Amino acid sequence: MAEKIIELINITKSYDGTVVVDNQNLYIRKGEFITFLGPSGCGKTTTLRMIAGFEMPDSGKVLLNGKDITDMPPYLRPINTVFQRYALFPHLNVYDNIAYGLKLKKVKVTYQNAAGKTKTRIEKLTRKEIDEKVKKALKMVDLEDFEKRDVTTLSGGQQQRIAIARAIVNEPEILLLDEPLGALDLKMRKDMQLELKEIHKKLGITFIYVTHDQEEALTMSDTIVVMKDGIIQQIGTPTDIYNEPKSAFVADFIGESNIFSGTIVAKNKVRFLGKTFEMVDDFEINEKVDVVVRPEDVFLVDEGLGQVDGVITSSIFKGVHYEMAMAIGNNEIVIQDTQQRVVGEKASIIIKPFDIHIMHKEFVSNVYDGVITKRNTVEFAEGEFECDVTQLYPDSKLDEEGYLVLPTGEQLDLTGTAVKVEIGLKDIEIIDNEEDGDSCGEIVSIIYKGDHYQVIVRTFEEEEDFVIDTEYVWNENDKVSVKIAPEKIKLSLKVVEKK
Amino acid sequence: MRALKFSRKHLGIPYALFLLIFVILPLLLIAYYAFTDSNGAFTLKNFTQFFKSPTNLTVLVRSFGIAFLSTVLCLLIGYPVAYILARSSMKKSSVLLLLFILPMWINFVLRTAAMKELLYLLGAYKSGDMNYFNTIVGMVYDYLPVTILPLYTVLSKLDKNLLEASSDLGAKPLYTFINTTLPLSMPGIASAITMVFLPTTTSYVISDTLGNSKVTIIGKLIENKFNSGTAGSWNAGSAIALVLLLFIFATMFISGKFQNEDDSSARGSGLW
Repeated sequence: MAEKIIELINITKSYDGTVVVDNQNLYIRKGEFITFLGPSGCGKTTTLRMIAGFEMPDSGKVLLNGKDITDMPPYLRPINTVFQRYALFPHLNVYDNIAYGLKLKKVKVTYQNAAGKTKTRIEKLTRKEIDEKVKKALKMVDLEDFEKRDVTTLSGGQQQRIAIARAIVNEPEILLLDEPLGALDLKMRKDMQLELKEIHKKLGITFIYVTHDQEEALTMSDTIVVMKDGIIQQIGTPTDIYNEPKSAFVADFIGESNIFSGTIVAKNKVRFLGKTFEMVDDFEINEKVDVVVRPEDVFLVDEGLGQVDGVITSSIFKGVHYEMAMAIGNNEIVIQDTQQRVVGEKASIIIKPFDIHIMHKEFVSNVYDGVITKRNTVEFAEGEFECDVTQLYPDSKLDEEGYLVLPTGEQLDLTGTAVKVEIGLKDIEIIDNEEDGDSCGEIVSIIYKGDHYQVIVRTFEEEEDFVIDTEYVWNENDKVSVKIAPEKIKLSLKVVEKK
Repeated sequence: MRALKFSRKHLGIPYALFLLIFVILPLLLIAYYAFTDSNGAFTLKNFTQFFKSPTNLTVLVRSFGIAFLSTVLCLLIGYPVAYILARSSMKKSSVLLLLFILPMWINFVLRTAAMKELLYLLGAYKSGDMNYFNTIVGMVYDYLPVTILPLYTVLSKLDKNLLEASSDLGAKPLYTFINTTLPLSMPGIASAITMVFLPTTTSYVISDTLGNSKVTIIGKLIENKFNSGTAGSWNAGSAIALVLLLFIFATMFISGKFQNEDDSSARGSGLW
């Protein structure tokens, strides 16, 4: 294994109180093509900018070849960046854009002095050397004879190539690419992906690539780092990430997947879709788990011949294969197969043990820190909820004035008591109108899990999350409110008071 | 027959009329006076007289000298201010910008009179040998806001990515400033120059008020000719105005050169 070129140690960065990168630890090996992948706002660009030196982490260290470069300004780092919107200098022509960094570069020159001794001195590049390097870089990106052109007259793709040439001409140890293909059309993007990969192979330097396009990441990378909410979800090769996603989020984000709720019933046996399936992962018996199955790993056979029977509900031709949906009880499973089955046809599926990916459930229940208020309601996650406070003390009752009466006859005023609040995923109701619920927020994520959706509602101020299992479809970024039935709120005392 | 249609072009008619009556016609009148004598006969005497008189030429050189110095000082003070304003956070910068623009809302003559009092208090006015200094101080004071505004516009629109790119390519902050910020703000500098240089050649209110009436600039010269009432003085005054116009065209051409290097229309600074 090659040595580590970049190491991020406990990096945290926040803007205006919002944590963008949360205690990140990561290392990057010399010469690899690594991709930071994630939805917008996941902290991938911020991480890249901290490696480039444009941002300083709030805490933590950035190491380059083992040396701390956290406080080193960008112009001293042997790192160059290809910017998202190119950032070519509009007042310079193609040649001068590419030569910009070369004119600043100083190299060690070894020479023999009059006495015949070998000495080194630091020199700027000569005009001829710069000329040669610019020509070579232009050749690398297939834009020979473009030297004298005005950059503003070039097409998006050409500007992109110039931006790449401008960065690689300096022979950096690391090349950072911040969604460099985002502004190009699909065909051009595909071509550039292969070309970038080719350039990476030729130069042999480390490429750190940022994208939200999972296909791009899978095509180009040696290693993929999947991020969400400033936290690294999974690091691995494209094959690992695709075949062995660590969480439902990764499975959902990378490629298409069927996600079901299941239970481990015995060693190497998991129950979902109303049947027990063989699998290879080792999990604790009776654990509730997420089961991920890729659409192409589901085999369709005639009714009665497979593990579970169902009815085809939709069938779409996708070129190489048909994408079909099948209803199995309340669940729906997406299947990719080259043989078409018509809608309404009864069929059966087979899933092989090693194609069943089991992962720990990310959320089993919602847990909050709450406080009991004057009216015997509980306040948490920016809302005040009605609840049953008598559950805090066994056999207690509420008297007419709202005091809690213990079986011993003692009166207790619960106002201000800190409690732990626990609510099941299915016990929270989403309401369309922001005003109608007890707390409100924005839907930040939706993952389909076979027979239900897992929705995350994040409150506006404190950014507390409600994780909710619901049968209804909601849209991301919808502003909604939540309501919880009083009997579904489980309370427990945070500190057990001694009597 | 084609029906008479109201098109967008027709909206320009009032403007064209305005231009004709208040710009073209007066210019033609000035040209007429400049090339005739008091009897209305064609002559070039007005011009030859102007260039033969050493006093007049001194005034011309002095005017451009004062204008040049004021412009340079305005840029030297205005650029850093605009730079800081463009860099600071939005909330702060709008207040700061207002502070610098505020004097523009106060009457020009009043502002100049106030400056006179201020200079008097500071002792610069009393001695009488600081007339030029006072004039230039007044010019810079009066025209600083119009310098800052175009510079601020250009600098605040400057793509931050470009500065990051420069730094990324190994440039220290000073190199980035000289090779990226400065060339990219050229359109702003060019319009700041025209906004300051041209008026300062003729703002004789400032030179009169602050220069103890001892500093004669070309605007004053023209005013004198038109107010003297002697025969042929309007013709001489018009000729001076035309000469000035010629020089102004020359300076515009030179500062326009800066702008042509860049794609000026894209930066919204093609004010003139």
